Amino acid sequence: MSFLSIDGLSAGYGQMSILSDVVLQLDEGEIGVIVGANGAGKSTLLKAMFGLVNITAGSIRLAGDDITGMAPERLAARGVAFVPQEYNIFPTLTVNENLEMGAYSRRDDFSAVIEGIYRIFPPLADKRRQMAGELSGGQRQMVAVGRALMIEPRLLLLDEPTAGLSPMFMSEIFDRVLAINATGVTIVMVEQNAKQALAIAHRGFVLANGMNAFTDTGANLLANPEVARSFLGA
Amino acid sequence: MDEFVFFLNKAVISGLIIGSIYALGAVGLTLIFGILRFAHIAHGDMMTLGAFVTLVLAGAVSLTGVQSPVPLSLIAFIPAMAITAVVAIGIDRMFYRPLRERGSRPIIIVMASVGVMLMLQGLVRILAGVGTRNMFFDQPKDIYRIALPGTPRELVLTEPQAVLIGFTAVAVIALHLFLTRARLGKAMRAVSDNPDLARISGIDINHVVAATWVIGGGLACAAGSLLSMDVVLKPDLSFNLLLPIFAAAIVGGIGQPYGAIAGGFLVGFSETLAIFNWSVLLRPFAGVLPAWLEVPGNLALVPTEYKLMVPFVILIIVLVYRPTGIFRGRVL
Repeated sequence: MSFLSIDGLSAGYGQMSILSDVVLQLDEGEIGVIVGANGAGKSTLLKAMFGLVNITAGSIRLAGDDITGMAPERLAARGVAFVPQEYNIFPTLTVNENLEMGAYSRRDDFSAVIEGIYRIFPPLADKRRQMAGELSGGQRQMVAVGRALMIEPRLLLLDEPTAGLSPMFMSEIFDRVLAINATGVTIVMVEQNAKQALAIAHRGFVLANGMNAFTDTGANLLANPEVARSFLGA
Repeated sequence: MDEFVFFLNKAVISGLIIGSIYALGAVGLTLIFGILRFAHIAHGDMMTLGAFVTLVLAGAVSLTGVQSPVPLSLIAFIPAMAITAVVAIGIDRMFYRPLRERGSRPIIIVMASVGVMLMLQGLVRILAGVGTRNMFFDQPKDIYRIALPGTPRELVLTEPQAVLIGFTAVAVIALHLFLTRARLGKAMRAVSDNPDLARISGIDINHVVAATWVIGGGLACAAGSLLSMDVVLKPDLSFNLLLPIFAAAIVGGIGQPYGAIAGGFLVGFSETLAIFNWSVLLRPFAGVLPAWLEVPGNLALVPTEYKLMVPFVILIIVLVYRPTGIFRGRVL
């Protein structure tokens, strides 16, 4: 039994169905990357895992427990954190306050966790009293991921963490994703920059029209000529 | 010098008084807008209701024959704030929350608040009648006269005015500390910033909503009570304040509590300075001015009867030239 196990998942918004019969398996401590064309349902799949879209069929299990359609606050208690693609910071709160809000469900002393996040994202440490909305795009993304890390998640869901970033910041973010993964956090990431993302992925999932197209290790998907032709723009 | 003291009394102190009232009302309005995303039209009548609760509490205590060193209303408004806060949460649970949970658009909830406004107006009139009532029924209002050097004229401040200025100062500092230090206060700012992310972060929106009504209802009660102590309690007292308070919240930047405070004082001072008779300040110079320049008897910018026009002029200027308000709030 995998750590994260999605079976026959169908989901959508209201009456509109986006995903049909999607399967995804990921072991603990792995990085899973979801790639695919625009509108393939990548973000919808991630949101479905976090209970933000309507699930019509199938199940999502985390460490054997059914978490299908569970509300975000209950998922947080089970160690699942989600970083949305856009509007993922509190712009008029300081960097430090953004991190504190990530720990809102915690009642214990989390000051050591905050310091740990400043060690993962050193540029934030000097700006902890600055409003998050004043930071650069890459630093905002660090705040967004840092906020999610405050619950010390077992499973981290990242929706296009490099969207809109310059190539330099992009590899910076991928480096940080690897560093977070190295601390034992299982990561599921949706990415437009499929080549770079698959390069760090243990498992890759190519979606097309809301269905599984290819599933393999990241390296095998990169080496697969059919995947390269249809999805990697090669 | 006499004329300057007259200016201090008529323009500066009056501006401080009415500015404090506007600021206390506008803070609640702007927080409700920031968190719940609708314009709370019933806010003025929540002020009247608060004043009425204060009067009832003070009246009930005086019936027990308790002798108080200070007028009862000046004490009663503190527990009345708590009662009004609870009533505000109750109103939200009964009328606004069901609409929110159904995902109604903000304009629907604004209309509901118009309904709540009419209901509160009716309720206060049924229970208290339409006449005016004196909040200082048990003892006369103290008037403080502060002597100034070099002039026989004095600064004049009444008891409720002094309490109002002190209360506003304390409330502003307490609000600032709450919003920047307390976990719930920071969560309020987070919800106002980004409600979806707040939910994803596990912030309990219901706690935040309740805190918003406690602050909004409590401050509305204090403003309504202290204003009706300064003048008299009339059922339509605070309904007439609703429009200047909206102006204050928008001028300050809607959703921005510090902006609402600044906007409240800006609108308050603009009103008193606009109706102030500036010829008073020119009179001492009558001897040195050339003979052909006769100082007219009245040099007020706006006749007193048109005082309500001032906030609207400010509002129009702000909406045309800086629609986000002084503190860069949301655009309505």
